[in-house]
Amino acid sequence: MKYPIIENDHTEKPETVDIETIKEDLLRPIKKIGPAGKIWIASLILICLIGAYAYYLQLKNGLEVTSMRNYASWGIYISSFVYFVAISLVGALISSILKLLNFEWYRPLARIAETIAVANIICAGLIIVVDMGRPDRVFNLFTHGRVQSPILWDVMVVSSYLITSLLFLYFSLLPSLGMLRDQLKNKPRWQMKMYKFLALGWEGNEKQSARLKKSIRFICILIIPLAISIHTVTAWLFATTLRPGWNSTNFGPYFVAGAFLAGTGAVIIGMFVFQKVYHLQKYITDYHFDNMGKLLVFLGLIYAYFNINEYLIPAYSSRSSEALLLNDMFLGTSSHLFWFTQSIGMILPVILLLFRKMRKPLPMTIIAVFIVIGAWLKRYLIVIPVLLHPYLPIQGVPKSWTSYFPSWIEIAIVLAFISASLLFITIFSRLFPIISIADIIEGKEKKL
Amino acid sequence: MKKTGFSKNRRNILKLGLFTGGAALVGAGISTAFVKGASGNNGGKVKVLTMDGKLVEVDKESIGPNSLQVATNAEARKGIEGKRFVMVIDLSRCDGCGKCTEACQKMHFIPPEREWIKVFKMKDNEATAPYWFPKPCFHCDNPPCTKVCPVDATFKRDDGIVLIDNERCIGCRFCMAACPYSARFFNWGKPQQPAEVEAMPYSPEQSYPAKIGTVEKCDFCPHVVRKGELPACVSGCPMDAIYYGDEYEDAITNHSGVTVSFRKLVDDNAGYVYLEDLGTKPRVFYLPPKNRIYPKPKVKKEDGQDNVG
Ligand code: SF4
Ligand code: SF4
Repeated sequence: MKYPIIENDHTEKPETVDIETIKEDLLRPIKKIGPAGKIWIASLILICLIGAYAYYLQLKNGLEVTSMRNYASWGIYISSFVYFVAISLVGALISSILKLLNFEWYRPLARIAETIAVANIICAGLIIVVDMGRPDRVFNLFTHGRVQSPILWDVMVVSSYLITSLLFLYFSLLPSLGMLRDQLKNKPRWQMKMYKFLALGWEGNEKQSARLKKSIRFICILIIPLAISIHTVTAWLFATTLRPGWNSTNFGPYFVAGAFLAGTGAVIIGMFVFQKVYHLQKYITDYHFDNMGKLLVFLGLIYAYFNINEYLIPAYSSRSSEALLLNDMFLGTSSHLFWFTQSIGMILPVILLLFRKMRKPLPMTIIAVFIVIGAWLKRYLIVIPVLLHPYLPIQGVPKSWTSYFPSWIEIAIVLAFISASLLFITIFSRLFPIISIADIIEGKEKKL
Repeated sequence: MKKTGFSKNRRNILKLGLFTGGAALVGAGISTAFVKGASGNNGGKVKVLTMDGKLVEVDKESIGPNSLQVATNAEARKGIEGKRFVMVIDLSRCDGCGKCTEACQKMHFIPPEREWIKVFKMKDNEATAPYWFPKPCFHCDNPPCTKVCPVDATFKRDDGIVLIDNERCIGCRFCMAACPYSARFFNWGKPQQPAEVEAMPYSPEQSYPAKIGTVEKCDFCPHVVRKGELPACVSGCPMDAIYYGDEYEDAITNHSGVTVSFRKLVDDNAGYVYLEDLGTKPRVFYLPPKNRIYPKPKVKKEDGQDNVG
């Protein structure tokens, strides 16, 4: 049977492709890893190892090896934690909403987004342990846990979200696993065994399909409140304190809006890389990029709305403690970073993506990279300047307490986490098809 | 709770002369009152306050070095029964000498840059006078720090004191982020302390030996208060600017041993708490810097964001 392959706005005459080609195309990255792929994986592992060594030094000498001191008592570990949570929110959330609403064009993007979500939520959960002064006592959280503490809320929602998004990813993977088990050859025994085990006896009969559909639907619904709560609770870590700049009722939705933008940016980067590296141009097309670009503009505008609430309204009333911080952000020592971040992470993308030409894969991916960098910097700006502007003046303390710039150990560890998330996505896409084959075929059949 | 050889009685009875006399002590020097109470007239008996707040008379011999055992964790978490500690700092007397900070650092074996009580130079407004502002932990009655602790490592006791159990703290530093008064410090590296201090038994009440990766702060000195002494900063303040005592008893005492009514002092002098609108309900009260008995500090712009002029 032949299927039209190009998802477009139906102005072009669709090309056609048969099932075997689809399978062939989507299984290719699993069958063989080229030299470039190997170098990529090796460099990621190397960065992770450097990070592991840095963490070893930190364990040995204490958090003294970081640049955190008594005023900036949280640094890039915490801001990266917020960043990872932000990126992970979207994968699952967008997937589930678009799935529930039956947005057909989204089919080939779903698994990319879900993989990004799982990779980043794992990093979020681990980097918080790296930030702890006494990781050896992490189990106190269970033996002496206090549910009144927002940290416990975070532990609960992050772990629930991790489990649910893993299941989400796994369920939609089942048909592919069956296919891998039956069709792959010349793969190591452990790998085939793994497929067999994970496929849970999937045959693709009607009963199984119906059951799977139902389960996926259930998880789709379950994951929406969870995804929103992981980032809302993370915002509450800050909003529940009395610090000017954090103690804001706007924080929950502001964080969620920011996460939508950042995560969509990450999905676009993923789309581009997979399209190019795995030659998936037939499945991830300009049409998808164009749609994601429009989505970005929409999300950017929502984010801008919350930014106005977060910065301009307090600046208007200028309560003294708040004004000191905002003055630093708008005009003072943090101002370069602040305006740079706001421009590359929000203002410019929204304006540029209004133009059709900018929504082509390459320019849009560049924009998305800036959005993601902006997202990381923005979280830095949310965490650190606030800590450096306490109510009481900073007087007569060692110089190192009065400012913050991450030490090489902190930078190495954060880079290692980012590499680890990329490594997870890479290895996942080398073991499993990054586009759901069954989903694509089903989608095509629906169209006919 | 593990008992190590000592009888319960001996372990738990600590000398606490400071607050035993109640109103009778008002006006008398506290340290004198304590010494008198301890030696007594008959020689063999002595009045002490037990851990659970009862006043008992015991043989003088029963109070030996054993009685200086540190409070157990359970005792340290509960607090001294029947007490509610407060501090009043008279800004009109503070001349910024920093002796309180020194005394505190000496007692708790902390390095010079860790100022559990820190003397700030303040100037609130272009037109108002500059003043010195000693700031310990406020032992807030609605403490934002203990609220957020995920493992109950920092807690509020019945006697009003907020302490940290550095054998339980996981070092998340959420309490530092939550404290609006920058009262908390972190042991980023291996604590700098003498080896013999490091070998001492730990109790949240005395806050030492310090432990890497945990939080510390002003503890209102309950370990010496149990022995009937005043906190280090109070005894260390030559200007008599700091008063400490029991709110229930309505008696607070300064370095010279002058004991006055807490309520009257605060009432007569328009006492206030710092940043009251945050709702943290501090237990440290300030008397405004009116009729200063010291030369004003010179506050420059570089001294900090809250200072003008
Ligand atoms: S001053 Fe800070 S550390 Fe002390 S009780 Fe209040 S909030 Fe907690
Ligand atoms: S740093 Fe320690 S005392 Fe402070 S909130 Fe975390 S566990 Fe509690």
